[in-house]
Amino acid sequence: MTSTDFSIVLPEVLLAIYGMAALVFAVYTGKDKLSGLVTWLTAAVFVIVALWIGLGGQGSRAAFGGLFIDDAFSRFGKVGVLLAGAAVLVMSHDFLEKRGFAKFEYPILVLFSTIGMMVMVSAGDLMSLYLGLELMSLSLYVIASFRRDSVKSTEAGLKYFVLGSLSSGLLLYGSSLIYGFSGTTSFAGIVTVVQGNVPLGVLFGLIFVMTGLAFKVSAVPFHMWTPDVYEGAPTPTTAFFATAPKLAAMGLFARVLFDAFGGVPGDWQQVLAVIAVASMFWGAFAGIGQTNIKRLMAYSSITHMGFALMGLAAANAEGVQSAMVYMAIYVAMNIGAFAFIMTMERDGKPVTDLSALNLYWRVSPTKALAVLVLFFSLAGVPPMLGFFAKFSVLMAAWNAGLTWLAIFGVIASVIAAFYYLRVVYYIYFGSEVEPLDNTKSPVAFALLAVSALIMLVGIVNMFGVDGMAAIAADALVK
Amino acid sequence: MVGLEHYLTVAAALFVIGIFGLFLNRKNIIIILMSIEMILLSVNINLVAFSSFMGDLTGQIFTMLVLTVAAAEAAIGLAILVSFFRNRGTIDVEDVNVMKG
Repeated sequence: MTSTDFSIVLPEVLLAIYGMAALVFAVYTGKDKLSGLVTWLTAAVFVIVALWIGLGGQGSRAAFGGLFIDDAFSRFGKVGVLLAGAAVLVMSHDFLEKRGFAKFEYPILVLFSTIGMMVMVSAGDLMSLYLGLELMSLSLYVIASFRRDSVKSTEAGLKYFVLGSLSSGLLLYGSSLIYGFSGTTSFAGIVTVVQGNVPLGVLFGLIFVMTGLAFKVSAVPFHMWTPDVYEGAPTPTTAFFATAPKLAAMGLFARVLFDAFGGVPGDWQQVLAVIAVASMFWGAFAGIGQTNIKRLMAYSSITHMGFALMGLAAANAEGVQSAMVYMAIYVAMNIGAFAFIMTMERDGKPVTDLSALNLYWRVSPTKALAVLVLFFSLAGVPPMLGFFAKFSVLMAAWNAGLTWLAIFGVIASVIAAFYYLRVVYYIYFGSEVEPLDNTKSPVAFALLAVSALIMLVGIVNMFGVDGMAAIAADALVK
Repeated sequence: MVGLEHYLTVAAALFVIGIFGLFLNRKNIIIILMSIEMILLSVNINLVAFSSFMGDLTGQIFTMLVLTVAAAEAAIGLAILVSFFRNRGTIDVEDVNVMKG
């Protein structure tokens, strides 16, 4: 019994052992001289574990009395999180080295937060939910303030810490109410207690838990930390924030809602729909006035979270499938976009001003073209993959009878398109400014090119992500 | 006779005080850390009260986990606060304003 349990959590256990071993090894040998080695090794381990989970996993199994669930949904989330983590790690090393803070702890902290995310998408109980979430968040607080000598970075870490702890507190208070009024902390237990009519205490708990999770996915009205943290944190950290944790938090959101409260969708559907509309519109409007590209990406991710939540609000398998496809495409686009943002520099200094992009196509026509594809895709312009992501969530909402939600979604995506297109406008038709450097960073360039190619080639069959998301959604929504 | 509702009331009061401490406090970040700790402890009271009145141990195990995580969280919060103080020379809440959001 125990050995089967351990065989189910083996990927997480091995990753944790690898993390601790790498930490001890690096401390006792070369310290920061080894940061390059540890970074690439960690990325390789991520890819290997992703392949292992993606190709080896079969069926649905539960470990430790239902605390930890391994099913198609959790495998989808884990593979996405691991690949995103690996991509962010390899592209951030150049950046960190140039700025002189390539420390070996960085990849290890990313590793620990990734383990937290893997536990989150596998959570089958309020306790494992909380532990996974905290393992992720605590590591993220540290890498947000990783640049210890920078006021902005430590301020970003502090803000993220305070608001993140508040959200954990809200989530925990909700968990305690759910436990008290349903008598159990396991999702499987809660779903049998909560059938038909929900006890008032459990409903209160559900709202608190949803508030906590909305903080983590940075959905309006709990988004206020996002722009500041994105701007202040070092760019590699921002790239990580925008990808893997969002995917994991969205997976956890789906897991709580469908595993524990799948019997009473009416009680959370409307809340989710309102949050989705608010996120789409606030992200779209507030992004217009931004002049810093990292802040712009923060508002962009708020809008995108609104769209993914729209998929969940449909409260059926089609909705979950579309939300997961949306998240996968969102992560792929953001990796490319941040690979580009990381190479934005003038005289060797990082630049995040939007106006610095003026006439960038003269500096590097290929990169400019890749950015054009990515930003069109982020905006949801039809031939790119980003359009199909938006289309699938809109269809899911429409088919689930949330016509008004789908209509609002279309309007918000048109408004948000303004600021994506403005970036492209600057690059091709902007005014004369001192040009950016044509930075030589092969890894970042490769990721930028691959990400842009995915947005174009992916429209053939989405690389099968659609089918995998369908299997994942069927495993979650019974 | 002290019943479950008394415990829940105390926990709810502590929780609300903690939330207000976070938002109304204009002085010092240490007070914010204390408020966060208070929120987590109010949850613990809730969990232990439920656990004891239901005769179910799960809540107390949950409490142990929350206590451990709260300790880790406080350690990380203080570490970030120290490095912030080194850069900024102050821990006034009003001075956490380099970025406006």
